[in-house]
Formats: sequence, structure tokens, C-alpha cells
Amino acid sequence: METVLKIFRGDGTAGAFRDYTVPLQPGMVVLDAVHWVQAHQASDLACRWNCKAGRCGSCSAEVNGKPRLMCMTRMDHFPPGEAITLAPMKAFPVLKDLVCDVSWNYGVNRRIPAFRPRPPEPDGTWRMQQDDIDRVQEFRKCIECFLCQDVCHVLRDHDRKDQFAGPRFLVRLAGLEMHPLDAASRTAHLKEEAGIGFCNITKCCTEVCPESIHITDNAIIPLKERVVDDFYDPLRRLWRRLRGTS
Amino acid sequence: MVAVPDELRRTGFAATERRDAWWVAPLLQGTVLAVLITYANWAALQNANYRWGGYLSPLYSPLITISWLPLPPSLLILLPPVLFRATCYYYRKAYYRSYFLDPPACAVGELRGNRYRGETAFPLVLQNLHRYLFYITFLYLPFLWSDVVHATSFGGSFGVGIGTLVILANTTALTLYSFSCHSARHLIGGSLDCFSCSAGARARHAAWKGASVLNARHMLFAWVSFFTVCSADLYVRLVASGVIHDIRLL
Amino acid sequence: MDRFETRTYDVLVIGAGGAGLRAAIEAAEQGVSVAVVCKSLLGKAHTVMAEGGVAAALATTDGRDSWKVHFRDTMRGGKLLNDWRMAQLLAQEAPARVRELEAWGALFDRTSDGRILQRNFGGHQYPRLAHVGDRTGLEMIRTLQDRTVQAPRIDVLMESTVARLLTDGGRISGALAYRRESGRFLLLRTKAVVLATGGIGRAYRINSNSWEYTGDGHALAYDAGADLIGMEFVQFHPTGMVWPLSVRGILVTEGVRGEGGVLKNSRGERFMFRYVPEMFRGDFADTEEEADRWVADVIAGRKAEARRPPELLTRDVVARAIAQEVREGRGSPHGGAFLDIASRRKPEEIRKKLPSMYQQFLELADVDITREPMEVFPTTHYMMGGVKVDPETQSATVPGLFAAGEVAGGLHGANRLGGNSLSDLLVFGRRAGLGAATYARAQTGEPQVDAARVEAVTVELLAPFERKGGESPYAVQEALQDMMGTYVGIARTADDLQGALAELERLRGRANRVGVDGNRQYNPGWHTALDLRNLLTVSEAVARAALARRESRGAHTRVEYPDSDPQFGRVNVVVRREGDAMAVREEPIVPLAGDLKAILEGKD
Repeated sequence: METVLKIFRGDGTAGAFRDYTVPLQPGMVVLDAVHWVQAHQASDLACRWNCKAGRCGSCSAEVNGKPRLMCMTRMDHFPPGEAITLAPMKAFPVLKDLVCDVSWNYGVNRRIPAFRPRPPEPDGTWRMQQDDIDRVQEFRKCIECFLCQDVCHVLRDHDRKDQFAGPRFLVRLAGLEMHPLDAASRTAHLKEEAGIGFCNITKCCTEVCPESIHITDNAIIPLKERVVDDFYDPLRRLWRRLRGTS
Repeated sequence: MVAVPDELRRTGFAATERRDAWWVAPLLQGTVLAVLITYANWAALQNANYRWGGYLSPLYSPLITISWLPLPPSLLILLPPVLFRATCYYYRKAYYRSYFLDPPACAVGELRGNRYRGETAFPLVLQNLHRYLFYITFLYLPFLWSDVVHATSFGGSFGVGIGTLVILANTTALTLYSFSCHSARHLIGGSLDCFSCSAGARARHAAWKGASVLNARHMLFAWVSFFTVCSADLYVRLVASGVIHDIRLL
Repeated sequence: MDRFETRTYDVLVIGAGGAGLRAAIEAAEQGVSVAVVCKSLLGKAHTVMAEGGVAAALATTDGRDSWKVHFRDTMRGGKLLNDWRMAQLLAQEAPARVRELEAWGALFDRTSDGRILQRNFGGHQYPRLAHVGDRTGLEMIRTLQDRTVQAPRIDVLMESTVARLLTDGGRISGALAYRRESGRFLLLRTKAVVLATGGIGRAYRINSNSWEYTGDGHALAYDAGADLIGMEFVQFHPTGMVWPLSVRGILVTEGVRGEGGVLKNSRGERFMFRYVPEMFRGDFADTEEEADRWVADVIAGRKAEARRPPELLTRDVVARAIAQEVREGRGSPHGGAFLDIASRRKPEEIRKKLPSMYQQFLELADVDITREPMEVFPTTHYMMGGVKVDPETQSATVPGLFAAGEVAGGLHGANRLGGNSLSDLLVFGRRAGLGAATYARAQTGEPQVDAARVEAVTVELLAPFERKGGESPYAVQEALQDMMGTYVGIARTADDLQGALAELERLRGRANRVGVDGNRQYNPGWHTALDLRNLLTVSEAVARAALARRESRGAHTRVEYPDSDPQFGRVNVVVRREGDAMAVREEPIVPLAGDLKAILEGKD
């Protein structure tokens, strides 16, 4: 059994999809097929990978147009005899073949106001209940594959990278905002820097998340509500003014 | 603009390498939503056949009749629930996808160019006031439950008909839809950072956990409650206009 | 040297796993300028794969635990070959390092009174592993990553590979690296280097490691003239997946056996009963009936009166047994042993106790472990050996060179306990960062690099491009991996090891003739060609050290010498470069301090 992979070969200026015929093995994943091409047909085919077990989030690409981890996509998931298209993530500049420049994400992360814990107990440690951290632990499952950033139309189609942090970093901000020890407020950052208003909650990020994080319902919408508390709710504004805490 | 070669830059409308029938879901969703909205509008404008015995169409509840108003009362009554749904986090997703095509589906190209502002500018920035519509429509729930009680009254004696069950189902669906609201979930407990730090916070955490269970099914309740509202109206309307007869069960 | 991107730092950290990031954070806090250079993107290092937890005697779950017990467990697990001072520091400092992560935002699972929850693990006397479900490593790496990017004095040079260390009068003065993305050379002048490059798993075909694990730090240190110790101790985890090919080597947790899973050969025999070593005979069950009683007791939460099943022998023993069964023709269809839990426990119990294993086999192998047995075979997992370091500062035998984490040797002796690698990263990552910063501050003058040497290295690095049509680097890497698995695997003989050394010579010749296609821009073929050099160096070190240790101890098994030899219990095997040759010598271990000896003997 063989199948044809149509892999994008090229860089940020030019390129084309090229066909590679790959022998199929039982249980093979798309990343295995890419490695086979590297070892036998194109040693310079560029792709990122590390753990090959869906834990590091390196091998993100678009398989038949859908953002996926190549290591967790079985070849027998596709109809036999049909070519499989492999392209790099399109929301980011292509460096070469399946590798793109995701450095913008690291810059966004750097600007997020840091974790600031409240003072510890007299023994120097903190007490937290499992109930307090369950919510945040969901956000901390993120493996930074950036598939949510790739599929988000605000970044992908509208290219608002200057104004919008993207789902990955809204998840990170949620993990800080809802952290039971954290004493800082990031609602102004969310509204102005992270541009949470650009999200129109169409949920593609949640659909592609390989860690099944409920990005929209559990991270973004609760953050939008917190921004409403601080910036859009007229009664709260009035209340703050009356109490002189605005 | 992102450095992507022409071979990959397919940003035009509906451009994608997806091979599945991605257009089915937005099309179906848009169509069904349009049918429901059309029916509800039509029914609200009838200003007749909304009542039969103890049965009252939910589109006309709470029933306020203002004789000098040239419009059917339902229009005024319906304004908050309509806005509640229009600003609902689930319906926003549905109509942004099906009607605004922004995006039509995941990883599928869309129409608009550089003017995208999301919910940062007027009028969509008003979506942020969703919680006020929750407050107002929340006040409808006692009336809707009293409609259920009225629907068990047949000329002064207790009874249950098909209509009673239809109205009960609708009120239940609307209650679940309200309590599963994202704003409600935030107000109940989601706004807290520490759930265990006080007795009050612990109580709100318990409520938040319940709201979270419901919230996970908000989409389901949004659809079911829209169907039941229209079905309950249709049932009352058909009985009141004599097209069908209500069947008494008890 | 315009062809180079040149940067100058006080401290250069190579590797961005737990040890590298912790070292960088510490060095930056000392006020020196720091760069972290890593082969992958930040946050993708192999630390993310750690599941079980980080071992630290916090005593939150069981108040009887203390650093002394942790120290004793670590030393016993390492068959007393550990650097005892490192084991002491690990046990004493791990609790503070774990609490520090919490102050930086990490969220460990909690006890009912709101403190850090700890779980049981093999070799640890009390519940000791702070954890976050089965993703402790991810929590650690993310916490350290966020701390790193917020630090003002740390530059992170992602997707860059250090090819050689540069020295000036015997001291570290810099490193030559290349940007993977562009292929451009990066000349890094620095006063001190912290190696935090992890292990050597990619020297074997079947391994649980990522592509990055090519022994870079071991080889860089060796080239720079540093001593490597304990290179014969490669930990093979007994149960790795074998089928399909795609998942070969992926770990199957020890928890499967803890839950009552048994190992069987193709004849259906529970062969582990035949492999109980003499010294453990009293501790393990003689009959299946007795083993089953132990499992029944443990499952029911009763104090087990029966002795443990032999499937729960130490990793080295189980790994050896499986390998022997397969070698003698009693293997499963795909060359492993059967690990059967389906016939031992109810399907709903298996799904509840082993959710990730159930998913892993169902999704990747089409095996429903509630209905059929798994096939398993040992997989290369961890390198106990590494750069010889001073336990206090983590400095290597070359001035300016430091090492922490898996690349450093000594701490784990002949065998590592689960959970100790994560605490190793934190405790010794911090110490290495501190040591390097202190050293760098004491240096006067700018580090000088030898231009001629840099020039020569660049020519060497670009050579594969000159050999268009040469052999594929992937083919040579695969040949090396197969050779190491065959000759320097779990059970070793002098003949095999000699054969390996001869084979390594031939492979070195092939490696010198590989050619690559394309250009320098993000070219994995070229990167693989360059990694071969490191793999060959560490493979030779493992083979030579294994030849020198004529006994069996911990993870190292010599077929001709099946027992431990007290003489070898008093020495480390040390490997060092002398000219172009690899010199091997035995070095006596410093005797244990008196008070620690008392702890070890359980008198304290």
C-alpha cells in the first residue's frame, strides 16, 4: 500500500506542492510519512517535531486544510488512494516547507504582566484547595502548538497581530487572572493590549485544540465578562464612582 | 502582510484546502435560524389566537394589553428576550458564522478585508451589555412559570392537557437557557479568583459549578428553547383557531 | 568575521529544558548577562514529557518523610555508586526548589488541607512526588519559561545548535553555533558555559526520547577536555511500546504492573519467576498464587502479607528478562513480551486506573488493553552518566564549564529513581547558574576566541554540502542506532563491546562521507549529518566504559560478570579525550562522610 503526500516545498517568497509517494505501514501517522520522505526522498524537507506523542506541540501543520498535530493524525484517518495535502500554518510567515516563523507569539507572551502572588502564610507557603486550581489547571494544559492562533480568523484572515494576542495568550491570561494566588489585574491589558474585543467567539480555536481546552467558553468569555466588569458595565462604574474607588 | 507565497495565499472568500463539506453546517444553521425568526415575527404580529383557556403563548407572556398602543403588545414584550438572544454568546457565534460569514467555517477564507473591528466598535461593542438583558429576562421566568400553573387550570379545576406539557417543556427550556448563560455563570461565581477563601465564596463556587454544568450545554438549550417557544406558540395558536383540539390527559 | 552573527555574554546556557532554564534564571538574578541557546522552540524541551512528578521530601502527604530518607532511597537506588554529596544536596534542597516554583505560578495538585499533594513511586519509601496529574513536566517547563521570558537579562536564542565549545588557554571562551532557520553561524563569546543538553537516547533505535537527544553536551564537554563519568549506565525502561512501528519506544507506565499486569512470553509463561536475583529472593513471591494474593491485597487497600510479584522487580532486572526471552525465541509476534492486564482486571477498572495508557494504545496502536495484551520491549530512557562535576557548583573539570541535569553525571549512580530527574533539574540547575555567574564575575577581561579555530570548524561544518551524492545521514544514524541496540544494549559481553568499537570506526568513516542536498536554510538533513559526530562520541564512551566495568550493577549488565563486584563498587569509570583518542580510567569514589553513613545504614 502506498499513498501520495502533496507537501508544500518552498519559502516565504515562492513554492509549490510536490508529490511524494510513501509506503504505508499499519498505525502510521502523518509525521512518520514526513520522516520517511526526509530519509528517502528529500533530506532537506523542513518540519518541526519533538516528542511524537502529542505533548510538546511542535509538529503543527495543515493536513488537508485542517490545522492539526502531524504526530497525532493517523494516515488511515484518510480515505485510501486519495492524496493528502500538507501545508505549513498560514497565519504565520513561512520559513521553509512546513516550518513557519512563530516568533511573534513569543513577543506577545513577553508583554503579559507577570504573575504576582499574594503574601504567603507565616510558614512561607500557600494554602490552595484543589477546587481553586481545577479551573486554572485546564488552561495550563496548553502545549503551545499555536494551532488556535493559526485557525483564528482575526490573525489568519484579518492579520490583526498588532492589536490582538490570539486565543493562546488569552488562555494564558485566563490562567493568570483566575490564579487563586495572583494579586494583579490584567483587564486593562486584556482590553487594550491583548485586544480581547477582536474575538468574535466563533470558536474555531476550541475546535482545533489538541488538548481539548474549552478556550472560548472557559477562558475567553469569562475574561470578556471581567473586562465588562471593569470597563463596560454602567452600574458598576456608577458604584465605583459613588464609593470613590474608580 | 504575512510572508506567505502565492501558492499558499488563498485568502479569498471560501478559499480552503478543506475537503469536507464545511459549508453544510453554517448553511443549515443559518436556514433553521431564519425559519425560526420568521415564524416568531409572524406569530408576534398576529395579535390573535395566542390564548386558549389557561394556555398562553410564550410569545405573549407576560400578557400586557395596552389599548392605546397601535402595535401588538407582544412586540414590546419580546424586545428584551430578542435582545437577550441577539447578544447571547452562543447566537453570536452562530450568526457571525452563518450571516456575517466571519468566518464561514474554520480555516475557510472570508469576505471582508481590512475593516474588521470585531466587537471593539459600535454597534457590536454593545454586545458587552449582555448581562443587563440577562437581568431583565430573568424577571420573565416567574411569569413563565405562572403560565405553567395557569395551563393546569381548566375552568377552575386542575387538569393536564397536551398544551400543559408543551408549555411546561418550553418554560423548562427557557429556564435552562437563562441559567446556562455565560454572563450568569460569571455573576454567580466566575468572577471570583479564590473559591475557598470565605464561606460566601464557597457557596458561590457550588453555584458556579452548577452553572458550569449547564453552561456546557448552552448551545443545546439555545436551540431547544427557540424550538419550544415556537412550538408552544404554534400549539396554542392551532388550538385557539380551532384547527386542532387539545387532548386532555388528566 | 562578518559572516558571523557575534554576541557576547557572561554566561551561556546550552539547552532550555528544566535545568537550562533554572540555571539561566539563577545566573540572571546574580546580575550577569545570560543567553539560553536551544535546538528547538522554547518550551518544547524533553522535560515536557515527564509525567510522574518531582521528588522532594516536603512531608505534606506523609509527615514521616525527611531529606534523610530521600537521601537513603536515592543512594540505595543508585547501588551506592552515587556522588553522595550530590544526593545529599538533592534531598536537602528539592523542597525549597519545588515551593519556589509555586511562588512563580506553578499549580501542583493539592491535599485536602490545601498543601502540595505527593504520590508514591518506585524506590521512594514515602509518597514524595509533587505532581500535576500526568503532566508535571509541562507545568515545570511552562513556569520556568514564563519566568525566563520576563527576566530582563536573558536572551533566548531559539532553534540554534552549538557545534563546538571554544577555549582560550584551557578556559571556556565561547561557542560556535548555527541558526537552524538560516544556517547562519553564530559566534558566542562567553566567560562561562552551562551545559543542560539532556541525554543520549537517539544513539539507540528504540528510545523514548526526542530527536534532540543526541548527546550534544556530553560530546561538547568531551571535546573541550572534560571528564565524563558513569557512561556505562544507560537506563532501559522495561516496558516501551513495540507495535506499530510509529510508536516503538513510547513508554508504557510502570503503573500497569502496579495494577496487577503480568508479563508473559509466547508460550504463555509468566517468565519473571525465573529471573528473581538471589539477593531479592526473600522479597518476591515464589508462586503465581502468592503474587496474586499481593495484588488482591494492594487493590483492596489492605496491608499486603504476601510477597510482591516478580514483575515489580527493579527496572534493570525486568528489562534484562524481557530481552532474554525474546533472544531465546519466546517473544511476541513483533519481538516483545506480552504485558497482560486484560485478563487480570475488569475493563472498567482498567479504564479508570490507566486512562492515558488505554487511550494511547487505542488511538495509536488499535489495541484495546481491556480486551487484549500489550506487546512491550525495553526502550532507552535515560543516561545516568555524564559530565563529572563538582557537587557544590556543578563545575566540570574544564574551567568555565558547568553542567546540570541529565548531561551531568554522578547523582544517580548506577540507576536513577523515578521522580529524581525533575528535582535534579531544579536543584542542580540553580547551583550551576549560581556557580557559572560567580565564576564569570571573577573573570577579568573579555573572552578571546581563536579565529583560526573558528574558521576551521566552519569548514568542517559545511563539508557535507561539498559531498553531493554522498550517503544519506539518516542511513548512517539508523545504522548506528541498530548497532548500539545490538552490541551495547541491555546485556553486554566483551566480544560485543569490542565489536561495537570496531563498528564505530567504520561508522565514523561513513559519517565523514555523508552528503546533504539543498542549502543551509532549515535543512534537517544537514542537521542530522552534524549530530552524527556527537552520537559517535557518546556511543564510543558508552561502549568503552561498559568494557571497563567488569561487573553487573544497576543498569549495566555484563553477561560474563553477572554479579556486582565490591572492587568496582568503589570506583567510577572516567572517560576523557587525550589527543584524538578516548582514554578510560578508574577513579576511586570519595568515601561517605560519617554522619551520612549512619543515615544510609538507617541509624538516623
